[in-house]
Amino acid sequence: MKLELRGVRKRYGGVEVLHGVDLTAEGGRVLAIAGANGAGKSTLIKVLAGAVPLDDGEILLDGEPLTLRGPEDAQGLGFRTVYQELSLVPQMTVTENVLLGALPTKRGLVDWSAAHARVRALLEEIGFADIDPRVRAGRLSVARQQMVEIAKALAVEPRMLVLDEPSAVLAGTDLDRLFDLIRRLRERGVAILYVSHRLAEVMEISDSITVIKDGRVVDTLTPARTSEDEIIALMAGRRLEQIYPDRVPEPGKPLLSVRGLSRDGVFDDVSFDLAAGEIVGMFGLVGSGRSEVARCVFGADRPTSGTVELDGAVTRFRTPGDAIGAGVALVTEDRKHSGLVLGMDVTDNTTFATMARISRAGLLDTRRRAANVQDMIERLGIHPPRPEMPVRHLSGGNQQKVVLAKWLLTRPRVLILDEPTRGVDMATRVDIYRMIDELTREGVAILLISSDLTEVLGATDRVLVMRGGRLVAEVGSADTTEDEVLAHSVGVAA
Amino acid sequence: MTEQQTSAVLDTASGEAAGATAPASARWRAAVPSPTVLVLIGAAVAIVAVAGVTNDSFLTEGNMTNLLRQMVSTGLLALGMLLVILTGGIDLSVGSVVALTGIMSAGLVSGLPLPLAILVAIVVGVLCGTVNGVMVARFSLAPFVVTLASMTTFRGLTYVYSKTPITPTSPDFLTLGSQNVGPIPIAAIITLVMFALGWVLINRTSAGRALLGIGGNREAVRLAGVKVQRHLVLAYALSGLCAAVAGVILASRVGIAQPSVGQGFELDAIAACVIGGASLSGGRGTIGGTLAGVVLLGLIDNLLSLYDVQSYWQQVLKGLIIAVAILVRRGERQNT
Repeated sequence: MKLELRGVRKRYGGVEVLHGVDLTAEGGRVLAIAGANGAGKSTLIKVLAGAVPLDDGEILLDGEPLTLRGPEDAQGLGFRTVYQELSLVPQMTVTENVLLGALPTKRGLVDWSAAHARVRALLEEIGFADIDPRVRAGRLSVARQQMVEIAKALAVEPRMLVLDEPSAVLAGTDLDRLFDLIRRLRERGVAILYVSHRLAEVMEISDSITVIKDGRVVDTLTPARTSEDEIIALMAGRRLEQIYPDRVPEPGKPLLSVRGLSRDGVFDDVSFDLAAGEIVGMFGLVGSGRSEVARCVFGADRPTSGTVELDGAVTRFRTPGDAIGAGVALVTEDRKHSGLVLGMDVTDNTTFATMARISRAGLLDTRRRAANVQDMIERLGIHPPRPEMPVRHLSGGNQQKVVLAKWLLTRPRVLILDEPTRGVDMATRVDIYRMIDELTREGVAILLISSDLTEVLGATDRVLVMRGGRLVAEVGSADTTEDEVLAHSVGVAA
Repeated sequence: MTEQQTSAVLDTASGEAAGATAPASARWRAAVPSPTVLVLIGAAVAIVAVAGVTNDSFLTEGNMTNLLRQMVSTGLLALGMLLVILTGGIDLSVGSVVALTGIMSAGLVSGLPLPLAILVAIVVGVLCGTVNGVMVARFSLAPFVVTLASMTTFRGLTYVYSKTPITPTSPDFLTLGSQNVGPIPIAAIITLVMFALGWVLINRTSAGRALLGIGGNREAVRLAGVKVQRHLVLAYALSGLCAAVAGVILASRVGIAQPSVGQGFELDAIAACVIGGASLSGGRGTIGGTLAGVVLLGLIDNLLSLYDVQSYWQQVLKGLIIAVAILVRRGERQNT
């Protein structure tokens, strides 16, 4: 099988996001698509999935022109797409999700034993026999849910499999198992498109790498004949010589002190301090209670016991509004669920936390609001620089910048960032690290929660490690290793 | 790399972003009505043109005045309904609030000074809405169920207040609903002023943006420090306020307050919002669209009566027009 895109163009609203893309995917090969946020990767995937129509250009299947009128057409041809955002129905079992709409029947009734057996076989094939087909999908970890998505894509033998940022939630051995699966599918002649901005993976798994930037294909490379640096330079259109700014920790006076904070069944007796001008990392596996601690500090959830002190005085944030008023900001982990109102524009989303401040007698000072938004668009390089654009149409990295803009406008003294670079490309990450570094020079205290070990050590001054709802270790970022931090987080530290 | 180099590199990046600047038309773009509104205005103009040519009594001053007056109730209810719909809610109780406040104002005016009687009726309307809002916000109950229950309750209270229609004794009371300024009914002016205030509320106040945000992503605006419960109560209270104004005006226009009045009014109000582009799942909807929806519904009612179309056929046609309007809107959404 050979699938070609020729001169594909796509516009959203008035903005063209794909400016004539050429691409060739072949059966039995893994093609990686690398690009920064906003480069057009997601749109390209949607085109291939038949989820959005082309504005111009053509798709050729084995040389024959092909029209995809909708996702059904693409699926009918055996094109399967596993999106970054999970699409499982959490209340339904794994089996129901995988065989959605195609459950085997016997005499008109669903044949559950056949269905479960079928799904068990599929899960075994992808190397995740330990997932029970009978449990509700919502009870699985995000990584497991991702694998269920993949099983669902494989329920009908695919000719092409598109994986969108699978490693955003998969790590370690899970990722190895996924790679084994990709290699087996490749041998069976499936065409695989692997979309990622994690270049180490891309180099490992792909046969060729197509780099796109600003809606155009910049180059197609062979892993053996290129380097990560070269790809990064192509993606960014510039060289990134240093990812993390050099930090000389100079903690000022303590700003935020958390004392014996607990929330029943979630985390227990957590105490730490944040000083002005300091970047403190917080690392822990999923479920270790990191994000929950942040939410309690911020007043989004109620702690069962313990206190939060600001400037040495005990404070009690009953609502996020109280925390914001006191100069605490929280960039949440999941921007779509809790960070943005997707249907509203950049202006609204940037100013939700500061609307009240720029209002007089309830009336918004719209001129000041526009100036604030413009200022943030320029400072953070939000692209396209259009305040009236619904954030739904922005790329992941630019959406994240809008969330950051919202919180920067509150002029926080304590900024808590929960996974601020998840699903964000390298160039934007560098921008974010630099921005954090600059904030500390103005005396802001930063708590950076991350499950990216390199980041948590590279971008911070010291690191707190959580395990099973407890704070188990504190290490200086310069005096430790990734192995040591990981060991603390899983409880095998010497 | 030194600090200077880093920022030089990054400046290039932001320079790129600024270089690829999108149209400078952002400002006027925001001022131009959305396609939905344009389509509705086009439809309304077409209807007016056809009707003007084919029917002699349509474009008369008398009929126009009448038309404006007919739109008042639906208009006021749709305005309040829009605020609730923006939050992702619905208010089924407005028809009952119209009856309750109408009959109370008509009854009270025989014992109280006119402004006071009207004020009491409006306070009652606001209280009705506040009850809805508190149930929805504080106890996290489904708006549909809450207002379904209160629809019955408020209707019951109306009959408790008076089982029989009340004819208001004060001649001043009747002025409100029946007098005109030139050809324009006072009631229509009140309605337009309230729409203007509604526009300011939605587009120019933090409360209005909060209502849209709550409908779009409640958790995100809560975490941004927006007091969600307070704003929900506000939306329902304002819906109650609008219903009360509509109730008083209706009683005054008809000259008699019926306890059974207002049944089904909530559906016209919802229809006007939806035709005007509001999404029942919240976060989407405009004042201009809603007003256009009200005008379109009003025109249809007026014309079908002028042409002596049987009232059952009126309902059929109205239903079809709502369906068409929604289809048009779906097309629009897919294009963006």
